Amino acid sequence: MTVELATFPRVTGFAPVQYAICLKGIVWREGLRFLHQRERFVAALVRPLVWLFIFAAGFRQVLGVSIIPPYETYVLYEVYITPGLMLLIQLFNGMQSSLSMVYDREMGNMRTLLVSPMPRWFLLSSKLVAGMAVSLPQVYTFLAIAWFWEIEAPPLGYIAVLPALILTGLMLGALGMLMSSVSKQLENFAGAMNFVIFPMFFASSALYPLWRVREASPLLYYVCQLNPFTHAVELVRFALYCQINWISLAVVGGCTALFMVGAILAYDPARGFLARRGEPGGGT
Amino acid sequence: MTPLSIMMSGTKTVEPPSAVAIAGVSHSYGTRQALDDVTFAIAPSTFAVLLGLNGAGKSTLFSLITRLYAVQRGHIRVFGHEVGRASGEALRLVGVVFQSRTLDLDLSVVQNLTYHAALHGIGKHEGRARADDVLARIALSDRANDKVRNLSGGQMRRVEIARALLHRPRLLVLDEPTVGLDIKSRADILGYVRRLVLEDGASVLWATHLIDEIADDDDVIVLHQGRVLAHGSVPRVLDAAGAKDIHAAFTRLTQGTDAAIEAS
Repeated sequence: MTVELATFPRVTGFAPVQYAICLKGIVWREGLRFLHQRERFVAALVRPLVWLFIFAAGFRQVLGVSIIPPYETYVLYEVYITPGLMLLIQLFNGMQSSLSMVYDREMGNMRTLLVSPMPRWFLLSSKLVAGMAVSLPQVYTFLAIAWFWEIEAPPLGYIAVLPALILTGLMLGALGMLMSSVSKQLENFAGAMNFVIFPMFFASSALYPLWRVREASPLLYYVCQLNPFTHAVELVRFALYCQINWISLAVVGGCTALFMVGAILAYDPARGFLARRGEPGGGT
Repeated sequence: MTPLSIMMSGTKTVEPPSAVAIAGVSHSYGTRQALDDVTFAIAPSTFAVLLGLNGAGKSTLFSLITRLYAVQRGHIRVFGHEVGRASGEALRLVGVVFQSRTLDLDLSVVQNLTYHAALHGIGKHEGRARADDVLARIALSDRANDKVRNLSGGQMRRVEIARALLHRPRLLVLDEPTVGLDIKSRADILGYVRRLVLEDGASVLWATHLIDEIADDDDVIVLHQGRVLAHGSVPRVLDAAGAKDIHAAFTRLTQGTDAAIEAS
């Protein structure tokens, strides 16, 4: 190092391979962290399984699901709520990996990330990709367990659902990142649960088909329709049966772009939350 | 460079570009002014001490140099690269050690270092080689595969310094790096960073509130309530304050400002 310190070559910009190394490094670290937090993995699996094994079993008799696309036959309630539970995993994962960045304990990691000379949009996008990547094995593990519970999709569906899950994972991660930057109230996870996770999950098509919601409350029906989570669920539901729900794809794609741009702007040093965090007591 | 000539005129000639040049930087959080027209420059291969009490604005200044916050007013240049406009170029020349711990406790020492290397676009093999190199230099090679959680406070700091050096920066900025460490660890770290300046020609900006960390041939910047009260070599600062030692000089300088602020 002795020599290099004095004769640092004057270079400009980064080569594509360096971007790739950076992205790989961020994903690798997120994966390592995930492996080290076994409780998080167990919790991530137990949550949807409780819904599946207990809630769905109990509600099977109460809620009849008629034949609606993409299903071609009557389906069990368990089958109906499986896509919603897959998204529940991703929703928690997205909130966790994004919100954890702003917890004081984690603040240091965010700093380490942001003082990298790589462009900030690239760093934040990589962070989102990493969070999404970590959600995928969780979802597939859940699907594997569900398969033993005789919730089976067409074999090709398990492959077809992957691009959908990538997109929904990015959307929910970007939403979490955006929230972490704009709201101080959501810095603890309980706040996120109450104000984001539960409303998004319940006011969606995850647990009940929207035509049923419409019968109960037209207003709630429109709320559900406007909820991007509904479209994430529907995108995954259709993909699992090798179909594309174009409207959902458009909504999820649009929301992903919107949330990502919002998060990148929010983390811009000039206007973002980092500077506000620097206020007295903010940990400077 | 105007900022340079303002600060340095009549003292010594410095060849531009400075390791870091801060010119007319002001920063406020809402109504609270954290930095007020801060101007100073550090010559390459200098050990510069940023001396100030807690709340003097040291951390704010560091956040501006590392572009965690955008510069509201003024300019910061690292070896001629403006932090706002050419932040990539500026940041790759800077190694940072933050006041709070920023290592990943669950990962091993080497994993922390190779992650940092990746953030700078340095591949796995090269990153690993550099990690071995810097770990040897801070005498922690035998702990390379240990989880950071199992290291002592002093060892963690050394790893953070090693990490800051991994991408071979020319400027090292350290925000109160010895806080919370025992006497021996403090001396070790201070000695190590001083050797980097002497042997490798690194430039160092070392923020502290501990006067005994200042050596006679250091460059000293006294920061108080967001303002630079004095800047120069130790004798020069003593001269300006009319004091016998740095402690007295610091007290006299800061009391002067406090009185002036109260009077105004």
